[in-house]
Amino acid sequence: MIRDEYRSIIVDTVSSLLIPFIQLFAVYVVIHGHYGPGGGFQGGVLLAISIILRRICHGRERAHGRFPPHLALVFAVSGMLIFGITGVLPLFFGAAFLDYSGLPLFWVHGAELRSLGILIVEIGIGTAVFGTLVAIFDTLSGERW
Amino acid sequence: MRWLPVLVMAAFLGLMLYAGSGLPEFGDPNAPANTHVSPVYIEGAEKESHSPNIVTAVLADYRGYDTLGETIVIFTAGLACILILMKREEE
Repeated sequence: MIRDEYRSIIVDTVSSLLIPFIQLFAVYVVIHGHYGPGGGFQGGVLLAISIILRRICHGRERAHGRFPPHLALVFAVSGMLIFGITGVLPLFFGAAFLDYSGLPLFWVHGAELRSLGILIVEIGIGTAVFGTLVAIFDTLSGERW
Repeated sequence: MRWLPVLVMAAFLGLMLYAGSGLPEFGDPNAPANTHVSPVYIEGAEKESHSPNIVTAVLADYRGYDTLGETIVIFTAGLACILILMKREEE
């Protein structure tokens, strides 16, 4: 469906300028989830939006050169793996499922370890949401797999 | 017989309204929902997980199962979308 470039220098320039800032803000939203509004779901959607904006404005060839469709599935699956492994790992170190205080990072303890576990899980959620949304967009726009 | 479903629906509506009148007031500090886990979360989030944002602490730590389920739902929706709508090379 998305075949050639959107022939407008304004759209092209503005989207090229905006995309890095959207991506930077997305990473900020994921990392800053401890201290303010935000978290994995919102940050993942923002990251996906930046890729989808490039798909819409720059046409198939250029956008797929930067981010091929198969990479989206890799991101989605690895995000789910990060979350799942973070959940299962404490089981082997004497803690409950998804109890981050049992993660095998022996140089942090107690509340700090749980804080770190929340961060790891948020990054996993963000990666999974990002990959899934880009994959849904590519499928809807008629990509061949 | 045509009026039987309507009667059953009306009976359930009456039951719902009767049960709803017995619910605690919105924001009542003595309601069961506000006396069991909420104080533990509000007091413990900062101490136990060093997260000033209680929402994040509840979402990712106390209710981690729920968030894992949500992420799996999104992932499954994406996979189903791909499997139903994808075009294969040979077509």
